[in-house]
Amino acid sequence: MARVLDTSETGPGITRLRVDAPRVARHWRAGQFAIIRPTSESERVPLTIAAAHRSQGWIEIIVQAVGRTTAEIASTPAGAELADVVGPLGIPSEIDVFGHVVVVGGGVGTAVAYPTAIALAGAGNRVTVIVGGRTKDLVILEDELRAAGLTVVVTTDDGSAGVHGLVTDALTAIIATDPPDRVIAAGPIPMMRAVAEATRPHGIATMASLNPIMIDGTGMCGGCRVRVGGEVRFACIDGPEFDAHLVDFDLLARRNRAYLDFERTQRELAGIA
Amino acid sequence: MTTTEMSTKERMAIPRQPMPELAPETRRRSFAEVNLGYDAETAIREATRCISCRRPPCVAGCPVGVRIDLFVPMIAAGDFAGAAQIVADDNALAAICGRVCPQEAQCEGACVLERKHRSVAIGNLERFIADWDRERGGSPVEVAPPTGHRVAVVGSGPAGLTCAADLARRGHDVTVFEALHEPGGVLAYGIPQYRLPRNIIAAEVGRIRDMGVALETDAVIGMADTIDELLGDAGFEAVFIGSGAGAPRFIGIPGEDLVGVSSANEFLTRVNLMKAYRPDATTPVYDLEGAHVAVFGGGNTAMDSVRTALRLGADRAVIMYRRTVEDMPARREEVVHAEDEGVEIMPLVAPVEFLGEDGRLTRVKLIRMEQGEPDASGRRRPTPIDSTEFVEEIDVAIVAIGNDPNPILRRTTADLAHTSRGTIEVDPATGATTKRGVYAGGDIVTGGATVILAMGAGRLAAREMDAGLRHGE
Repeated sequence: MARVLDTSETGPGITRLRVDAPRVARHWRAGQFAIIRPTSESERVPLTIAAAHRSQGWIEIIVQAVGRTTAEIASTPAGAELADVVGPLGIPSEIDVFGHVVVVGGGVGTAVAYPTAIALAGAGNRVTVIVGGRTKDLVILEDELRAAGLTVVVTTDDGSAGVHGLVTDALTAIIATDPPDRVIAAGPIPMMRAVAEATRPHGIATMASLNPIMIDGTGMCGGCRVRVGGEVRFACIDGPEFDAHLVDFDLLARRNRAYLDFERTQRELAGIA
Repeated sequence: MTTTEMSTKERMAIPRQPMPELAPETRRRSFAEVNLGYDAETAIREATRCISCRRPPCVAGCPVGVRIDLFVPMIAAGDFAGAAQIVADDNALAAICGRVCPQEAQCEGACVLERKHRSVAIGNLERFIADWDRERGGSPVEVAPPTGHRVAVVGSGPAGLTCAADLARRGHDVTVFEALHEPGGVLAYGIPQYRLPRNIIAAEVGRIRDMGVALETDAVIGMADTIDELLGDAGFEAVFIGSGAGAPRFIGIPGEDLVGVSSANEFLTRVNLMKAYRPDATTPVYDLEGAHVAVFGGGNTAMDSVRTALRLGADRAVIMYRRTVEDMPARREEVVHAEDEGVEIMPLVAPVEFLGEDGRLTRVKLIRMEQGEPDASGRRRPTPIDSTEFVEEIDVAIVAIGNDPNPILRRTTADLAHTSRGTIEVDPATGATTKRGVYAGGDIVTGGATVILAMGAGRLAAREMDAGLRHGE
C-alpha cells in the first residue's frame, strides 16, 4: 500500500500525484518508472516517475486518464492509498556530458522527458526542451522546466500556445541553427518516430523512451518485447530508452493495439468518453 | 482384521487407489480443481499398501526428506493427527507438494513396490493429510526462541518460502522480499488453479507468516535495495536468493512479434496472477472463444498453457512439439489429463515462421522432424525433414520452451559469480554463492526445474545459513 500525499490537475484529464513510496524514492534515477495498481483488483500499469524526494520518501507521477485503471489512479484522493507501487524499474537515462542536448516531450510524455532534462542540465549539458501538445492545455511542465533554468520551446498543433506546429518543426529549426549533440524523445509513437527521422540524416544520437504493454516489469513475461536493430529486447529491463534510429516503431504501434476491444469495454465501464 | 495385522503379501495385494478426478467433459471448460483428493477410507486403504521397509528408499528419494516412513503407516493406522504433525514438521508446503510434485521421479519412483506392483501413492497421501490438517486449523509448528539474527530471502517461490520457514523455525528473524504484488512466485503466476487452487497457496503462505516470517511484496531486489544494501544499512546478516528462472525464451523465427504470439509466462501470468479468466477482469488476455491455439514446447508449462487455453474456450488446443510424446519432459499425468480433455498433440514438428495479416497472427508454417542421434539430453535429436513444410491456421501461439535466468541481480551485484548460462554459481553441498553471507537455490541456480528441487535447495541453504549464523560467521 502507498498513500497519496497530494494531487493536482495539470491539464484536462492529466493529474499529478505525490505518493509516499520511500523505497522507490531512495533508488529512483531519471528515466525509471514504477508499476502501479490502484486497487487490489486492478491491472498493473507502468508509469514514469517524474520526480522523487529521497529523504522525504515520496515520488511524483503524472497520469493521463485514458483508460479504466489510469482513471482510477488519477482519481485517488490525497490521503487514500494505492494498492501497489513497485519500482523503480528500468534502466535510468544515460546522464553524461554530451554538450548540447535537446529533450523532446510530447503530451504526457513530457513527464518522462522532464526529470531527464533536469538531470542532464545538472550534469553540465546545455539543454533545450521542446514541449509539445495538441493544444495549450495539454502542454505540461513548462513552468517547472523554465524554473529549472532550461531553455524551453513550446509547440502546439493548433497554435494556441508557443510555436504553431509540431515538435519536429521546432527540432528541425534547432538542428539548422544550433545542432544538438544528442536528442531524447518521449511521447506518442508517431512523434518519436518523426523525431528519429528528423535527426537520422544528421547523424545525431537519438534516444526514445518506449511505452509498450507490460505486466510484471521485471523481465518475466516478455510482453513488452520490442525490436531494436533487429534484436528482441525487453523494454522493462533493457530499456525503456533505446536508440531511436534502430527502434521498429511500426511494430511497437501494432503491438500496443493488441487489446483495443478490451480497452474500449473497460473505458465504457469506467464512464470515460 | 485391523490393518496393523496384515501381512506384507496382503498389503501388496491391495491395488493402488486411483485419484478421484472431475470428468474430462466437466473440467475442460472449468478452472475447478481436477484432482478431488482421497476420502479417509481411500487414504487408509492406500496407506495400508506400504510394507514399512526397514531402510525406506522413499525418504531418500524426497528432496526435502519428509519422513514418509512414519506418516504413511500412521495414516494406515488411522492416526491422522500424528501423520499431520509429521508432515507439518517436515514440509511447510505439503499441500502444494502433494499436488504438483513429480512424485514418480522422487519418492514414488524409489518405492520398492514400484517394480512389481505400483508404488504407494505417497503424493496423494501427502495431499490428503495436509488438506485434513488445514481443514482443522493446522498442526502447531514449533519455533525456536529468537536468536536475534536477521536474514533476507529474495523471492517468495518454493525455494524462498522453504528457506524462510526453516530459518524461522530455528529462531531467526526472516524477511522475504517478493517482486510481484502477491507471494508464491511460480506457484502464483505459473501454475493454474485447476492444479493448485489459490486458497491452498494462501493457507501455506499464511502458515509461514504465522511462524514469524515477514513478507514484503512489491520489492524488486536489485532495483530497489541491492544485495549489498540488504547486507549493509538494512542490517541483514545473510541473504538467500531464490529469484527463479525469469526471462522467457523465444523461438527466434520470423513473425514471433505478431499480436497473437506470447510467451507461456505472459499468458499464464495474465490468467493466473491477473485473473484474466474472470468476466470482470481488469487485465486482458487474448479472446480464445472458438480459437485455434498452438502451444510450442513439451514441458509442464506447455501442458499448463494448453489446458488453460481450453478452459478459456479454445476450439482447438494443440501441443506442437519437435520431439516425440515419449520425450516430453512434462509429467505423464499432465499429458494424460490434457489428452483426456481434448488437447491434440502434434509430435515431431517445428515452427518455421509465424504468418499474419494486419500484424495479427493467422497461421504458422511448420516442418516435420525426424529423430537423429542421441543428444546431450540422451534423447534423439530432432532434425527437419526437407520439403515437408505445411501450414496450420492458428489464432494464438504460446511459446513454452523454457526460461533464461533473470538478469536483474546479475547486473546489480558485482561480486556474485554466475555461470556462462547466467545462473548463479553455488557450492552444491551448501548452496553458498561466491559472495560472503549470500546463498542461492532453485531455478536461479539450476535453470528451469521443479518445485520440489527448489524446495530442497531452500532447505539445504537454510541449514547452512543457520550453522553460519550460530558460529558467528
